[in-house]
Amino acid sequence: MSADPQGTVPTSARRGDPGQGEITPAPGSVGDRAIRSTRRIRRWGSWYVAEHRFLSLRAYAQTVVVTAFGNPIIYLYAMGVGLATLVDANLGTDAVGGVSYLAFVAPALLCSAAIAVATEEFTYPIMLGFKWNPVFFAMNAAPIQPGQIINGIVIAVAVRMFVACGIFYAFMVLFGAVPSGAGFIAVGVALLTGLGFGTLLMAYAATLTEDTGQLAMVMRLIILPMTLFSGTFFPLGVLPIWLQWIGWISPLWHGTELARVFAYGGSEPLWLSVLHVLYLAVLLAFGWAAARSITARRLNK
Amino acid sequence: MIVAENLVKKYKEFAAVDGVSFEVAAGESFGLLGPNGAGKSTTMRMVGAVSTRTAGSLSILGMDPDRHGPEIRSRLGVVPQADNLDTELRVRENLLVYGRYFGLPRAQVARRADELLEFAQLTDKAKSKVDALSGGMKRRLTIARALINDPSILLLDEPTTGLDPQARHILWDRLFRLKEQGTTLLLTTHYMDEAEQLCDRLVVVDKGVIMAEGAPVELIRRYSSREVLELRFGSDLNAEVAGRIAGMGDRIEVLPDRILIYSENGESELVRIVEAGLTPITSLVRRSSLEDVFLRLTGRTLIE
Repeated sequence: MSADPQGTVPTSARRGDPGQGEITPAPGSVGDRAIRSTRRIRRWGSWYVAEHRFLSLRAYAQTVVVTAFGNPIIYLYAMGVGLATLVDANLGTDAVGGVSYLAFVAPALLCSAAIAVATEEFTYPIMLGFKWNPVFFAMNAAPIQPGQIINGIVIAVAVRMFVACGIFYAFMVLFGAVPSGAGFIAVGVALLTGLGFGTLLMAYAATLTEDTGQLAMVMRLIILPMTLFSGTFFPLGVLPIWLQWIGWISPLWHGTELARVFAYGGSEPLWLSVLHVLYLAVLLAFGWAAARSITARRLNK
Repeated sequence: MIVAENLVKKYKEFAAVDGVSFEVAAGESFGLLGPNGAGKSTTMRMVGAVSTRTAGSLSILGMDPDRHGPEIRSRLGVVPQADNLDTELRVRENLLVYGRYFGLPRAQVARRADELLEFAQLTDKAKSKVDALSGGMKRRLTIARALINDPSILLLDEPTTGLDPQARHILWDRLFRLKEQGTTLLLTTHYMDEAEQLCDRLVVVDKGVIMAEGAPVELIRRYSSREVLELRFGSDLNAEVAGRIAGMGDRIEVLPDRILIYSENGESELVRIVEAGLTPITSLVRRSSLEDVFLRLTGRTLIE
């Protein structure tokens, strides 16, 4: 416990000298030392938050592991093997752009797996941190800045998502669903998809002060239709033109199409691939920045 | 350590804190006493460098919170009004995680966590879940967490509100030790006994402004008499009796449930009451407290 007699306010700081609005601590004082020692926290604060999230993850480690392994097995088997038997037998490879249905659907399922992690991590845990288990306020009372809280969460979720997608990809290879050697890049695409959509979701969750079922609504009215109409199980072109817009604005469609390019050389013009990357990157940047500023406003009461 | 000048915090048109000025010196234990909604917590958040002031100047450890928020917070320990421990983590983990937020190395945090668990009398609860702790234990853990960085100033917002008397006394004992060790304390409370026990100096706050400032004893001397005679005649009769005893003592306060007579000598006032033919249901002579100071200054009781 330090009383720190040197911590007295230097005369220059007293009575907020009207002419000179700037307050600076005297050399060697507590304030002066704090400024030097806090540089490390300004630089690494986001990582401390991520560290905290990893420790919290242990509370629901079972869910994390079960979904990471269960998700690929169930979906690849149901869609890529079960449904595929029907599709391939009836339509052959013409149905979905010259590849087996398994190869067609697997990259889409990979991106959906990333969306699933995002949906789990960027919704209730965000409301939790503000409201029911208000650790964000505790972090902010320590030297952690609001933006660092958001960064730390994004880092932790990105790691979990990367691991989940990596496991998913390993199962894709096991199922023989990846004809192309560059297929592993699809893991990165899935990560970009999950985070692009997820940070937007996080920004929205950060605005919620009362739970009146908004997040359940988002899951039912946005995430589920997005999964169905993003060229996941059938090419977007099969839909009537007045429904195709859902795909165009859907991060999942952009991610899936791009993942297909790497997984089996899905054919699309280069500009479209570039557009996919740009679209997802813009969502990511926008969602991230929005979440940071909403959090800063909300913590500054 | 802390210099606040005309500090103002407005939410739209409403001024929660309306021109508050005070100074806290190193090693001092300073209190903000006032009822709920007086602006105490808002002041604490501004001093805690998490809430931006609307106007006025504020210097903490020689730094301006607008510019050096994280730097100031690195030297503070904060005990908020509502516990915000991480209920997803265990007791000791709460300290470990929090210590990292001050950029401290893991080994140092672990050592400090064990010392603080000892200090907070929670060593045997180290592996418990936070939700399994009693209210008093959670409060002690929150205080232990606030001390993880060996702060220069400890901010305590209503440290014992909602605790039972025994838990409060344990907590006061811990806080008193910190005070003895020279930690600078800034605390808010609406309990006068807490303020009297822990504060060297305090300000009485109401509706966002400071009503009085001084040491507890000094404030009592300035705004109240030495003793108070408390009388109950039953809620219907209090007002009627008040008319008949007007002029007794230095001053009389009529509250809905009792009458307070301020005097240098409570016993002799009681004798006069009885001589006047009045028979109160209960009577009590006590020393004046900060509660009386508050009543005198605002015309209201602290806890309503």
